[in-house]
Amino acid sequence: MLVLGQDEKAKYPFLADAGEYLKDKGFSLVQFGSDPVLKLSVEKALHRIKVASAGEVYKSDIDKDGQASKDYVLEREVFSFLLAIVLIKLTGMSTLIKRFALAEARRAEIYLEKDLGNASNKSKIDLATRIIYDLFNIEIIKENDFFVIPVSDYLKHSVTFHEREWKLINRHVENGKVFLTPDKTVRLIRKELGNYISSKIINAPKPSMIPGLENAVNELILISKKLTPTYTITTGEYPPCIKHAIDVLEKGENLPHSGRFMLATFLLSKGQTVPQIAPLFKNAPDYNPRVTLYQLNHLAGTSGSATKYSCPSCEKLKTQDLCFITKECNDIINPMQFGKKRT
Amino acid sequence: MNEIDIKFLEDSFKKYYFNHFDLITSPPRTSEREFGYQKFNSGMFRHISLKENKELHLLFMQNIPSDVYCSNAYYAFPNFPMSEKDWKEADLIFDIDAKDLNLPCRKNHTMSICNECNEVSKDTSQCVKCNSTKLEKKSLPCKNCIGASKIEVNKLSNVLINDLGIDKENIHVYFSGNEGFHVYVYHSQFQEIGSKERSELVDYIMFRGAIPETFGMKKFKPNRSLFPDFNQKGWNGRFSKYVFGSKSKRSKIISELLDSGYPSFQKTLDDVSKNIGVKIDPNVTMDVHRIFRLPGSINSKSGLSKVLCTDLTKFDPYVDACFLSDDPVEVLANCPIEFKLKNKKFGPYTNEKISVPTYAAVYMICKKLATIA
Repeated sequence: MLVLGQDEKAKYPFLADAGEYLKDKGFSLVQFGSDPVLKLSVEKALHRIKVASAGEVYKSDIDKDGQASKDYVLEREVFSFLLAIVLIKLTGMSTLIKRFALAEARRAEIYLEKDLGNASNKSKIDLATRIIYDLFNIEIIKENDFFVIPVSDYLKHSVTFHEREWKLINRHVENGKVFLTPDKTVRLIRKELGNYISSKIINAPKPSMIPGLENAVNELILISKKLTPTYTITTGEYPPCIKHAIDVLEKGENLPHSGRFMLATFLLSKGQTVPQIAPLFKNAPDYNPRVTLYQLNHLAGTSGSATKYSCPSCEKLKTQDLCFITKECNDIINPMQFGKKRT
Repeated sequence: MNEIDIKFLEDSFKKYYFNHFDLITSPPRTSEREFGYQKFNSGMFRHISLKENKELHLLFMQNIPSDVYCSNAYYAFPNFPMSEKDWKEADLIFDIDAKDLNLPCRKNHTMSICNECNEVSKDTSQCVKCNSTKLEKKSLPCKNCIGASKIEVNKLSNVLINDLGIDKENIHVYFSGNEGFHVYVYHSQFQEIGSKERSELVDYIMFRGAIPETFGMKKFKPNRSLFPDFNQKGWNGRFSKYVFGSKSKRSKIISELLDSGYPSFQKTLDDVSKNIGVKIDPNVTMDVHRIFRLPGSINSKSGLSKVLCTDLTKFDPYVDACFLSDDPVEVLANCPIEFKLKNKKFGPYTNEKISVPTYAAVYMICKKLATIA
């Protein structure tokens, strides 16, 4: 168990035990609804969530080292975090959780990065690497100016990133290890940090309404409702990868198994039925109607394990040489999203 | 394939499995693997679990399979349906196939067999007899194909050892039994990674998805001091050797790259990928539920065996993986391309009735270029 000082709790408030922290300081939740001084922390908490829901990172009153001129500033940092969780729980709106958790993860990243890069203070580096090890089971070793982690650990975290710079080919890899700068090291765990914070919020018990916090809660409900995205269809056309696959089949050329899988899962997900899709494969050089129907039914989940298979991601299709990206693809991550615009 | 040909192939395969069972290595942790097999003219039987070598022997003798497969994955319940098997981990596997290397020699030894009229002709896109486009391609790989595949195996081993930290003794190379090599990696840090992670590893090994910045080319204010050097480890070093050629040319080539600019550098990277990236089949490595040809078993595409290569340089598949008997057999052959097995030349044959050793008859029948006379 990590033992944290006051400044560390302010930097990484999600590591503090909420109930214990309040008790230690001699307060109860109800007081925050009425006490005018404590209400400042509520306002700060509200602000913290609003900033997060706008996709930005909340700027702390503490400096990058986690220091503040007054002790109460540090205390308010922790209070506002804990109260933000209480407010989110009171709204009952799950859309706020993800945004808040991600923004808080990004905020913590700033401090983790600073601590990791602090060449003169070994204890700060140790604390940051301990946090990463304790929360995410990744062992990071400092080697000169870099932080070194096993390739397999790197892959487990980086595969969710869509930016090309995170591909393993764009990293320095040597002897089974990936070499990272402090900022990349903490960026690698942002999602997990976000997940860790969201699970803390999800698992926290929902308190009953605290008198005095009603207005803040109502305001957050309104914000949350505006956040749910809607999609409009902008084109009914198929994405280029699907068009290409259909072209290949129409010409009677061979489409690899992975290409057939993509085409079938795409059309099934678009609502087409097995009898509608099967004729597409008629021109394949190795066409066998019995095998085609068997495989399509398997993909549709109507035979075999009853698992419905979904269309592979653009990333996977790239690896399989099935991606024929055009600018109309518009940064989608799965062919199913082609031609839909987020509004 | 007709009944007589199937009977002949089954007899030949059975003889091999009876006499050479020592070549079939039951993989480590046999009871955690999924096995599967195919018979001639029939579908795949899979989700089979075997406890030991004896059971494997029995499977061969009872079924006389055309092909036998074994998972690279380890499961708690290998004989259950896929979703209930409880996947534990999987060895890393790689498939290097001469057909994926785009070699210029390929067109010289590839034939098209028409699915409609069975006409055999040299590599075409349309049947010369009935104009059908439903053609099956068959290739009789040459020495050059095998040599080029070996180069890819060595490139792969180099990346596995130096970049990915794999111990040399944990890399096992097998001849696939047809046109290339299968490489297994045991006991690595990658045993437990899933399909997505393996796909990333594939891109690394194939040198795909590289951005100019990684190799020193910045979009704005490019700086020559950021370009990689010869003595660097990993892809940076390999990139330097390929792009700069020699140390004396490095400075001049960097100037040229800077003059050509950022978009042109991306093209350089694509060229690097094609030339020094390792040409593996991405689908094989990404698949964590695959059943992969069992070492020691015969590949029914050729009648040659999948065998361990202890000395890759000296390995000659047409001698070292050819174990079928020399007994003569009469076949009707239509094989327009010459081939060599056990240091003996065969063909070309144009609808000829000939007597050849069993191993050559099997090779041609497996390639659909002959039938029992």
